[in-house]
Amino acid sequence: MKVGLLVTCLVDMMRPSIGFAALKLLETAGCGVLVPASQTCCGQPGYNSGDREGARRLAAKLVEEFEACDYLVAPSGSCSGMVKTHYPELFADDPSMLARVAALAAKTYELTDFLVKVVKLEAVPGRFAGTVTYHDSCSGLREMGVKAQPRALLAKVPGIKLSEMNEAETCCGFGGTFSIKFGDISSRMADKKCQNIEDSQADAVVLGDLGCMLNIEGRLRRRGNERTKVLHVAELLAGETDEGAS
Amino acid sequence: MQIATMYFKDRAQLKLQDELLQYNLNKSKGKFVGKRAEAIRELDDFEATRDAAKSIRQRVLDNLDTWLEIFEENARARGTTVLWAETPDEVNRHVLDIAARHGLKKAIKSKSMVSEESALDHAIEAAGMKVVETDLGEYILQINDYEPPSHIIAPALHKSKEEVSALFAKVHGTAPKTGIQELCAEARAVLREHYLTGDLGITGANFLIAETGSVFLVTNEGNATLCTTLPKVHVAITGIEKVVPTLEEASTLLRLLTRSATGQSITNYVDILTGIKGAGEFHGAEHMYVILVDSGRSKVLASEVKEALRCIRCGACMNHCPVYQNIGGHSYGWVYPGPIGSVITPMFIGQEVAADLPNASTLCGSCASVCPVRIPLPELLRKHRETQVRLDLRPVGERLGLRLWTWLASRPALYAWATRLGVRVMKWLGGYEGRIHSLPLASGWTNGRDLPAPAGKTFRELYAARRRAGRQT
Repeated sequence: MKVGLLVTCLVDMMRPSIGFAALKLLETAGCGVLVPASQTCCGQPGYNSGDREGARRLAAKLVEEFEACDYLVAPSGSCSGMVKTHYPELFADDPSMLARVAALAAKTYELTDFLVKVVKLEAVPGRFAGTVTYHDSCSGLREMGVKAQPRALLAKVPGIKLSEMNEAETCCGFGGTFSIKFGDISSRMADKKCQNIEDSQADAVVLGDLGCMLNIEGRLRRRGNERTKVLHVAELLAGETDEGAS
Repeated sequence: MQIATMYFKDRAQLKLQDELLQYNLNKSKGKFVGKRAEAIRELDDFEATRDAAKSIRQRVLDNLDTWLEIFEENARARGTTVLWAETPDEVNRHVLDIAARHGLKKAIKSKSMVSEESALDHAIEAAGMKVVETDLGEYILQINDYEPPSHIIAPALHKSKEEVSALFAKVHGTAPKTGIQELCAEARAVLREHYLTGDLGITGANFLIAETGSVFLVTNEGNATLCTTLPKVHVAITGIEKVVPTLEEASTLLRLLTRSATGQSITNYVDILTGIKGAGEFHGAEHMYVILVDSGRSKVLASEVKEALRCIRCGACMNHCPVYQNIGGHSYGWVYPGPIGSVITPMFIGQEVAADLPNASTLCGSCASVCPVRIPLPELLRKHRETQVRLDLRPVGERLGLRLWTWLASRPALYAWATRLGVRVMKWLGGYEGRIHSLPLASGWTNGRDLPAPAGKTFRELYAARRRAGRQT
């Protein structure tokens, strides 16, 4: 089984450990992992900003890079959602591309969804002594149906306790360029998310999208919270955190 | 209504600082969201009912002209006069003509958002007539110098009972009340007088029934019943998209409308008004008019966002929108706030003046997940964004930034080099704390948040190094 890892541009730049954690989990599950070296961005920033042409160009490039793989897996509900649900819409008027896009979309998975549904991972390398709360990032939840999968995987981590926060499914306010264009509204949304996280008494908030992580961590620290860790679910499952790997 | 959509950012900023409003919004959010969640559990198959509702509405829109003609024919057969209004001004003109024809002096009005589009109340008053809003929320706003509604089904949602109490005491000259029941009783006593003296009843329509030519209305206060049966003339004003083929289909929509809106299985009152009072009948108006309003709706029908016309105005999208929940309806600056408002407002008043609205969304999808007629609201917001790019309405910096990003991301070697440099600069900016506190080009971010700084090397660099090391061992 050849799995193409879509690292995502944010992970590539802002937190490479998530990419390595995803790699480790996929390899632990026995997958042969291919990391196309020329991959850059899935085109979502342009797509959500109304730049359809730019988005199509980057989408076509990504299809080229990943279509030979048996699966495309991304440690992001947002980027995998882009490929799975939005690429077909982008090429709706281009029959030859649409067939290739649809084929790729059909084998595209968010990481935890893939680990649970496809490779049915039994044991995970990570361990965590403490309580975590899980934030459901919007695209993962509503486009990719990711809800039970990360929780099922977290339950396999020795030492972990899950404490659900209130309004776990409410948007953290990131929204890509929204976070800069409408910074005040975005910050307020992040602030409410942070309050719910703190109220859950968890030692760490765990989630599956780096954009939301940067938003939440940025707001937590600005609020003066130095205590609550912000972890990607892959980092925790792979044991690629300060808490120690196996 | 006065257009203030161009001040969206400033207005939202003010609303974020308004502590009383924040308290009021938070309170209503809890009620709306929780009650809807409970109410939809009563349905055996909520998702299948949504599918049915979607297809009922879509079937109408696919042949809207035909269904409108069928409605018109059946309404006329029962003595109702059907009038068409292409613009908001025409709506007002029709109403004033009707008033003049029948010598009417005082309008009593049930809630109608369509009439807000044309500021009908002001037109009526300018013509020397009196008009009284009878929906409690609308009444509160009217006596507060015509404050605009902030929600399509709960227009005074932004007000606390303390604010209403002070307003009533001031306007009615009564002692301030503390309980909601007392306040309602006071409003009821004031409104009763008006019901008995009004000669023109004005309402909206939740649906128009094509097969019977009926106007279908839901309310909780019974005010629409009084407005349509006591005065001698009833005028219903509604958008052309509100037609539904049969009563059977309207009842399917009703099951979703009230549950999605207020979390009720059904509203306290459902009025189905079919024609004028017949010989020997006790209830009903002597003259009934239906004004079918276009005001941009046929433009929507011909556009990429046409699915927005399926809307049955339940308000669930705004109740569940995290942006609306934080800034309230007034920030949006026109009649329809929230996600559905951000889709239809640019079509009704112009993309240029309402450019912020489609962009002021995280596209989180919460709205689409609750919409009873499955309007893909985030997709439609995105369509508007595409239109704005096509029309060159986006700021230069944004356009250049996006173009540069696409250009760079299409060139992997250059991209790799640029990101290597970028993450090193960001790491340096983050200092020993590993956080960036201020970024001039992204102050929108850093005004309210830190930016966690990157580790200083890209994944691709580290991965390549790891592969090289792997080969050597």
